[in-house]
Amino acid sequence: MAKEHKEKIASLEAFQEKIDRDEKIEPKDSMPETYRKTLIRQIGQHAHSEVVGMLPEGNWITRAPTLRRKLSLLAKVQDEAGHGLYLYCAAETLGKSRMEMTQELLSGKAKYSSIFNYPTPTWADIGAIGWLVDGAAIMNQIPLCRCSYGPYARAMIRICKEESFHQRQGYEIMLTLAKGTAEQKEMAQRALNRWWWPSVMMFGPNDANSPNTEKSVKWKIKRYTNDELRQKFVDAIVPQAEKIGLVVPDKDLKWDKKRNNGQGGYAYGEIDWDEFWRVVRGDGPMNNERISAKQKAWNEGSWVRAAAHAHALKKQTALQAAE
Amino acid sequence: MVGEEKETILWEVFIQPKNGLSHRHCGSIHAPDREMAMLSARNVYSRRGEGQSIWVVRSIDIVSSDPDEKEETFSSDDKIYRHPTFYDVPDDVGHM
Repeated sequence: MAKEHKEKIASLEAFQEKIDRDEKIEPKDSMPETYRKTLIRQIGQHAHSEVVGMLPEGNWITRAPTLRRKLSLLAKVQDEAGHGLYLYCAAETLGKSRMEMTQELLSGKAKYSSIFNYPTPTWADIGAIGWLVDGAAIMNQIPLCRCSYGPYARAMIRICKEESFHQRQGYEIMLTLAKGTAEQKEMAQRALNRWWWPSVMMFGPNDANSPNTEKSVKWKIKRYTNDELRQKFVDAIVPQAEKIGLVVPDKDLKWDKKRNNGQGGYAYGEIDWDEFWRVVRGDGPMNNERISAKQKAWNEGSWVRAAAHAHALKKQTALQAAE
Repeated sequence: MVGEEKETILWEVFIQPKNGLSHRHCGSIHAPDREMAMLSARNVYSRRGEGQSIWVVRSIDIVSSDPDEKEETFSSDDKIYRHPTFYDVPDDVGHM
């Protein structure tokens, strides 16, 4: 027993040294069980978020105001599906099956980003999502391109390349509305009001309340803490809002010279953590609706999957008969 | 809810960006047969003209070396004579 314990410590230390040398971990390499589990959970949640993320925007594809907007939105939603698939395949390299992950999403057991539990009542919400939600996702994802787990890092590189189009298309929608009639500008402002706080919450709990952060940083799964990323996000978005004449809905927002190690940054107001936890625990405006939509799609697609299998079997049988 | 559903086959996808370059692994996809694997690989991994040729290979058909035997498999430190720097030639011979 004692010997086993010593071996375990030695292999943990060897693993940490490998991480410290900035070596990547690949699927078949030995890794601590918690590293594997943390990654399966994180990549799985990330994949589910991409997939559920198609729903709020999909809501507007048939009602996009112009053909140009419709084409962009279709392409963006298709990208989200692709991102979900890149990520599922990264999670699968750690030994969890696709079917298992799908079942966990459909049963409500798996978590996905709470941001997608908010509704999209107007076209401007599509702009706000692209600008803010994809903007926050990019902040999160760029450091993940250097994540210690090879397949995750590679999927993130691919995703980040595609994501910048998403944010630009969102900002362009907001810009166009902000330059439009008073009513259109008002619609953009209201969407910003709705999406600002949920977007700021996307980075997760404050560092003091994020028990997994330390280990994830040590293992180079995460490169920055939640609060560091949140600060980067606020600093990037505030001037973008000013540029198009919209107002970030935070009365405590002000320039603070001391932030970012004296380089300056925006101080922002207190986040409503009760709301954050309420939505995480399933009580957001759209939690039930999102899961029901996924279940419906899965159930109604069942005959397609069955037909694909039947077709594959038929062709295989024909091929064998010919041989 | 989720009924009794079959896991689909897992395929590895390789894309060749253009002639003259090798096919490079870019990820995997699920599909019940090779035609559908090819179709999905194209839809998932080449939405922006990333390639001009795609290979899909069943993941289970890939034979891979054991990472725990890296040293035995790949050691070459004991064969330094396989590297150009092992050989002494006068500097004024120029680039060789």
